[in-house]
Amino acid sequence: MKRILALVLVLVLALALFGCGGKANEPSKTPGGTDQPGKPAEGGSIKIGLLGCITGEYAQYGIAVHNGAKLYINKVNAEGGVNGKQIEIVEYDDKGDGTEAVNAFTRMVDNDGITALIGSVLSGATIAVVSEAYPIGMPMISASATAAGVTYNEDTDTVFSNVFRVCFIDPFQGEKMAHFAAEVLGAKTAAVIYETGNDYAVGLKDAFVKAAQEIGISVVADEGYSKGDKDFRSQLTNIAAKNPDVIFSPNYYEDDGMIVTQARQVGVTGTFLGGDGWAKVTEYASAADLEGSYYCSAYAPGSTDAVKQFEADYAAAYNGETPNMFAALGYDAAVVLVDALKAAEAKGLTAGTDEYKAAVIEAMKNTSAVGVTSQYSFDEFNNPIKDAVIIKITDGKEVFDRMF
Amino acid sequence: MKKNTVHIPMPIRYLINAAAIAAIYLIISALSSAGVITNYYTKILILICINIILAVSLNLVTGYLGQLPLGHAGFMAVGAYASGIFMRAVSGSMPTGLAVFLSLILAAIVAGIFGFIIGIPALRLKGDYLAIITLGFGEIIRVVLLNIDSVLGFNFTYGAASLKNIPKTTTFTLAFICVVVVCFLIHTMMKSRYGRAILSIRENEIASESCGIRTTYFKTMAFVVSAAFAGVAGSLYAGYLGILNPANFGFMKSIEILVMVVLGGMGSMIGSVVSAAVLSALPEVLRAFADYRMVAYSLLLILVMIFKPSGLMGTYDFSFTNLIGRLIGRISGKRTARKESAE
Repeated sequence: MKRILALVLVLVLALALFGCGGKANEPSKTPGGTDQPGKPAEGGSIKIGLLGCITGEYAQYGIAVHNGAKLYINKVNAEGGVNGKQIEIVEYDDKGDGTEAVNAFTRMVDNDGITALIGSVLSGATIAVVSEAYPIGMPMISASATAAGVTYNEDTDTVFSNVFRVCFIDPFQGEKMAHFAAEVLGAKTAAVIYETGNDYAVGLKDAFVKAAQEIGISVVADEGYSKGDKDFRSQLTNIAAKNPDVIFSPNYYEDDGMIVTQARQVGVTGTFLGGDGWAKVTEYASAADLEGSYYCSAYAPGSTDAVKQFEADYAAAYNGETPNMFAALGYDAAVVLVDALKAAEAKGLTAGTDEYKAAVIEAMKNTSAVGVTSQYSFDEFNNPIKDAVIIKITDGKEVFDRMF
Repeated sequence: MKKNTVHIPMPIRYLINAAAIAAIYLIISALSSAGVITNYYTKILILICINIILAVSLNLVTGYLGQLPLGHAGFMAVGAYASGIFMRAVSGSMPTGLAVFLSLILAAIVAGIFGFIIGIPALRLKGDYLAIITLGFGEIIRVVLLNIDSVLGFNFTYGAASLKNIPKTTTFTLAFICVVVVCFLIHTMMKSRYGRAILSIRENEIASESCGIRTTYFKTMAFVVSAAFAGVAGSLYAGYLGILNPANFGFMKSIEILVMVVLGGMGSMIGSVVSAAVLSALPEVLRAFADYRMVAYSLLLILVMIFKPSGLMGTYDFSFTNLIGRLIGRISGKRTARKESAE
């Protein structure tokens, strides 16, 4: 009896899931299948994909990027769309996993018939998607994939011409902070402490050390730690013994908070510098310990009128939430893409065709769109050319210091 | 029932099975060339094939040998990296077909060697202890792949930066052939003297040892074969995704494979195949539910384990030819019965 009941229950559940899945797929399959790529435009809409990790370990980033991008696209749609056509978002979750990202992307292309993609959020997943998107010439813009390999294949020395991003690449931030240390803070000696085995931290650290040596800062201590470490005192004691002017800690905020706190305990007195992973570090260390530290970011809350407007719109759309850097970059990715869609529409092309996609790529390459964090233009590697925002921590607050 | 089953001789059994497999393949490839199976579905089919190989190979140790290793993802990682590094090195200088074939063999050999190195000390332990030591080894493999570059000071696995630009050579045909070969090899092995020895160890290790079976030898052999096939799956995975990151082969991946085996029924090959297929397809089928898909996935697992703790198939193994034999037996049985009643 129990066995039969179990089988029936499992079958019912499975059938219900498969059944609903099937039904939900059908409507999206009919208008935008690969067989009739011209269809969506005739229906008066342009389909774009939105891919990122909205569940899983890094969901914070993905949700912010998606919210930012949707905020701008909803705004465009409310104002009448692009060339009278509404932009339709096909949103999928990739959990930050390359396999899921590739599957979701292929589904967007085959079943939904997207014209362009905003995504993905994490570098690894984005690189996996790029290897699928490059051969079919799908325009792609990522808000937050910072690894150099996203737009450039160093093995064959080719640039993925269809892939763009609105965030800084990892080495850029390291270089910026080295120059900032020399030119603004007048530092002569520096120390670095970073998470080994973390692509982001190592990328920033390598660029910082290289730039520092070029401009004449001597790097007196180079200390690594492993993921999950909570006690950094042995590394920090080594650093304290060298008494460097600045300490570069290009890690994620939780670690940075602990590092700064413990550094002050073992007598490190230099100025701490960090990358954009420092955002919200003030919640993880005391105001006194953090006082006078600097980090570079792509986004300064409350700095300009455009940013204030963005913050107000974001809060109105998402229950009063305050946008972070990822939300702003998601918004900017949508701005750059929609600007390119306008250019393609102006040429009278049909959404979904190869010519349309080529026109979108062409327009993105030559873009001068103005986003909330900056005006955009792209260099030869499709990376954005824009200034970094330097944030100073004063009285436990992250305050906009200057553009650098 | 037994009376009505017609015994089909062995060579014909193989022929029937080969024909059935060829028919499945032809149907799928016809559907994909007709455009019914799009690129998207092909991708999911390849993923299913990879997961079937992983589940079936783990089933060899978990189901048939009765041990509980938790480091299967580690062997998959070794195979994937071996094959990825090899493919990157030879791409362009060797015909693709040959390179792919060699990469599969290489992945199997390297993963098998790692299985041997780990199996010798690990298999001295049993049960929970074996689970923990294999878990440890799996993590060691992952951490070594992550850090070997910065320790040795040259680019080999590229650590956290990911091994990128691996030629994407895995097609559905290749994955399908690998599944067939792996399933066939494990099936014939289990029907042979070696397989019987492995089963006897599961049933009672002391009794089988007293009958003169070299338990350490057979345990290690099963472990090495299982690791080698996991390496094959890793090689296919490398050619499928084109980018490898040690984070993909963590502890959770091993658990995922174990879930497939346990859900399908330990010691049932058809169970592993079915549950690997269902569990790989499920997240994609449920994509339409967005946020609720992980809940539905977990719910399904919980329900199966509550109501069918031995897994979907238990230890039952499906035999296509037995089914045919039974069908023929029933039909001819009816006929003779009718004849008898007419007389």
